[in-house]
Amino acid sequence: MRRHLLSAADLSRDDAELVLATAQELRSLADRPIKKLPALRGRTVVNLFFEDSTRTRISFEAAAKRLSADVINFAAKGSSVSKGESLKDTALTLEAMGADAVVCRHWASGAPHRLATAGWSRSCVVNAGDGTHEHPTQALLDAFTLQRHLGTSSGGLDGRRVAIVGDVLHSRVARSNALLLRTLGAEVTLVAPPTLLPYGVESWGVETSYDLDAVLPKTDAVMMLRVQRERMNASYFPTVREYSRRYGLDGRRMAKLAEHAIVMHPGPMVRGMEITADVADSDRSVIVEQVTNGVAVRMAVLYLLLGGSEPAIAGVPEAGGAR
Amino acid sequence: MTDHLIVNATLPGGEVADLVLRDGVIASLGAETAAPRDGVALETHDARGLIALPGLVDLHTHLREPGREDAETVETGTAAAARGGFTAVHAMANTDPVADTAGVVEQVWRLGTEAGHCDVQPVGAVTVGLGGERLAELGAMADSAARVRVFSDDGKCVADPALMRRALEYVRAFDGVVAQHAQEPRLTEGAQMNEGELSGRLGLQGWPAVAEEAIIARDCLLAAHVGSRLHVCHVSTAGSVEIVRWAKQKGWDVTAEACPHHLLLTDELAATYDPTYKVNPPLRSAEDVAALRAGLADGTIDVVATDHAPHPHEDKDCEWPAAAFGMTGLETALSVVQATMVDTGMLDWAGVAERMSAAPARIGRLGGHGRPLAVGEPANITLYDPSAVRTVDETRTASLSRNTPYRGMELPGRVVATFLRGRPTVLDGELV
Repeated sequence: MRRHLLSAADLSRDDAELVLATAQELRSLADRPIKKLPALRGRTVVNLFFEDSTRTRISFEAAAKRLSADVINFAAKGSSVSKGESLKDTALTLEAMGADAVVCRHWASGAPHRLATAGWSRSCVVNAGDGTHEHPTQALLDAFTLQRHLGTSSGGLDGRRVAIVGDVLHSRVARSNALLLRTLGAEVTLVAPPTLLPYGVESWGVETSYDLDAVLPKTDAVMMLRVQRERMNASYFPTVREYSRRYGLDGRRMAKLAEHAIVMHPGPMVRGMEITADVADSDRSVIVEQVTNGVAVRMAVLYLLLGGSEPAIAGVPEAGGAR
Repeated sequence: MTDHLIVNATLPGGEVADLVLRDGVIASLGAETAAPRDGVALETHDARGLIALPGLVDLHTHLREPGREDAETVETGTAAAARGGFTAVHAMANTDPVADTAGVVEQVWRLGTEAGHCDVQPVGAVTVGLGGERLAELGAMADSAARVRVFSDDGKCVADPALMRRALEYVRAFDGVVAQHAQEPRLTEGAQMNEGELSGRLGLQGWPAVAEEAIIARDCLLAAHVGSRLHVCHVSTAGSVEIVRWAKQKGWDVTAEACPHHLLLTDELAATYDPTYKVNPPLRSAEDVAALRAGLADGTIDVVATDHAPHPHEDKDCEWPAAAFGMTGLETALSVVQATMVDTGMLDWAGVAERMSAAPARIGRLGGHGRPLAVGEPANITLYDPSAVRTVDETRTASLSRNTPYRGMELPGRVVATFLRGRPTVLDGELV
C-alpha cells in the first residue's frame, strides 16, 4: 500500500484484499469483552474535520483507540465563506505536534491530497471524505459488508452486481465505490436521473441507468445515496415527491430484488426521500452492520498505514509492504 | 539622452539590419553605419542572432493597483512587462476601487508614467463597480487624460444582453471597444475547472465550454446587429474559435485573444489539485489547445494576451476550491508563443509581431505602439534570443507574485533588451 489513502484508486486489488482480510481479523475484536490491541501504542492519530461529521469521526476515533493510538480530535470550522485558520497552518501545527496520521474530512475536493503532497506535513493522510470527490474508507467498509454477505469463494466480489442509486453527481461515496468495487471485480450500475450523473461518467467503466425498476431484479446489492432536499431548488429534479416516486426505495420496489439481495446506505438517511422507514429497518437492510464494519475497516487502514511489521493480532497475515 | 545603435538584428521578415534609435524614433535602418552626433553618446548593442520585434503590447494585464498592492503594483507589474519584452500594457479594471471613473483610470495611468517601465493604458469598467447593472461613465474615461478606448468588466461577464447591447453601441461615440469576459454566470456557479471527464472524477465543479461559447455567439450577433466592434477576451475552447471564425467570415468587426497558458497547458494538471493551475477560464483539453493554435495561426485569433493575474502566495498555497483564479504570464509569454507557435512552424516571427504587437495596439487604438520597424517610427523594440533555453524559476521575477504555472519547465527564448521610445528599459535581460 501507499503511504496515504487519498482515493480508492490508490488501492490495487491486492491492497484492497489485504485491508479487507485485516479488517476481517480485527472485526472479531468487536465480539470480545476487551476490545483493545496494543498495535499503535505511542502513535498519534489526528482526526482533522473541517466539515461536520459525527459518524465518520466517531468511527475513526473508535478505530484508533482500539489500536491504542493517542487520538486528537481537531474540529476546524472553516469554509470558503468563513475562512478560519488555513489548512496549511493547521497542517504545520499538527506536524509540530508529531501527528503520525491525519484523518482528514474537508468540504473541499482534493484537500487531503494537498495535505499529503504540498510539503506541509510528513504524516500519513487518510481521506475521510473530501467535497464531492472521494470517501475511500466508506467504500472499503461497503466492500467489506458486501463480501460478508455476497463474497465469492475466492474472497472477491467477482461478478457481483451492485446498484448505486441517487445523487451520484455530488457523492464522494459513489465515486470511491465505483472505483473500489470494480477493482474487486464487481459490476457496478449507477442509477440516477440524468441531472445527477456526473459529466463524463461514460469513462468510469460502470453501467448507468435512469430506470431503477429495471435494474433492481438484476442486482445483488442496492446502495441508496442520500439526496439533499436543497438539490430540488437547483432544479436537479422537480419535486421531492417525484424524486421518491422514481428513485426512492420503498417496500414495493424492494420486492423486486432477488431473494439474497441486500440493501445498503452510507448514512445519514433521509427517510421518506430516498428510502422508506420500512425498507431501512427491514431484514434485508445491512445499514446498521455497515457502521460496525466501518470501525474494523478503519482499524485495518490505520494499522496498515502506521503499523509496520508486526501482525495486528495473532493470525493476521503479514502486512506485506505496509509502511 | 543617449542614442542607441543596434547592430546585426534580424528583423521579423528575416533580413539583418542595423538600427539607430534617436529622439524616440528609429532614425535609420539598414547596413549603413551611423555617425555619433556631437555631444550625444552612442551606445552600441550587438544583436547578432537576436530577433528585433516591435515592442510587445499586452491587451490584458492585471496590475492590481489600487487595492491589492500585496499582489502587484503598477511599478512591479510594468517591470515584469518590460522584462517580458512589452512596451505597453492594458491594465484591467477589476481593481479596488474599480477603474470605473475618470479619477481611477487617471491614477493608474499616472502611476504607469511615473514607473516608466512601459506605457500603461488603463481599461475602463463597462459597468459601475463591475456590478453588471448600469453603465459606468464611459465617456468621462474616454475623455480623461488616460484616453480609455478599451472597456471591460473582465473577471466578470457583462451577462445582461440589453446592457451589453447598450455598451457596444455607446462606445462607438469615441471609437471604443467592449472586451468581453465571456462566461455565462448561471452555467458556471461554483465552477472550479474545465467540465470534462476529469472534473467528474476529481469532484471539482465543472466550467463547461458552452458557458463561454454561448456568450461569444450572443455577443457576435449583438455586435453585428448594432454595427459595433467587439473584442473577446481569453478564448479558451475549440467551439469559441469556430464561432469567432464564423463571425469574421460574416464580415463582422469581431476580434479575439488567446492566452499563452491556454496554448500550452491542459486540464490534466488539475489532477494535482495544485491551485497554481487554477485559472479562469480554466485550462481546457488537448483538442481545445490544438484549435486555439490553429486559430491563432490562421488569424481567427488576432492577439496573444497574457491575462497576467498575480496573486499572493497564501491565495494559492491552499485547497483548490479556496484558491484564487489566475496565473502570472508577462515574463513567459513570448517564450510560450515561441514554443507553441514558432517552433512548431505554425507562425513566423512576422506573425508573432502581428499577434503580440501590431494587432493588440490596433484594437486598443494605441497609435504609438505596434508600428512596423521602419525609419521614423517610434523606437519601441524588443530584442529576443530564440536560441536561449531557460528553466523557469518563479523566484526570479520582477512581479510581486510567483504564481507561474511554468515553474520548473524548460522554455525556449529570452528577452535580451526592451526599448521604449528609444530608451532601454531592459538590457541583457535585466531592468535598466
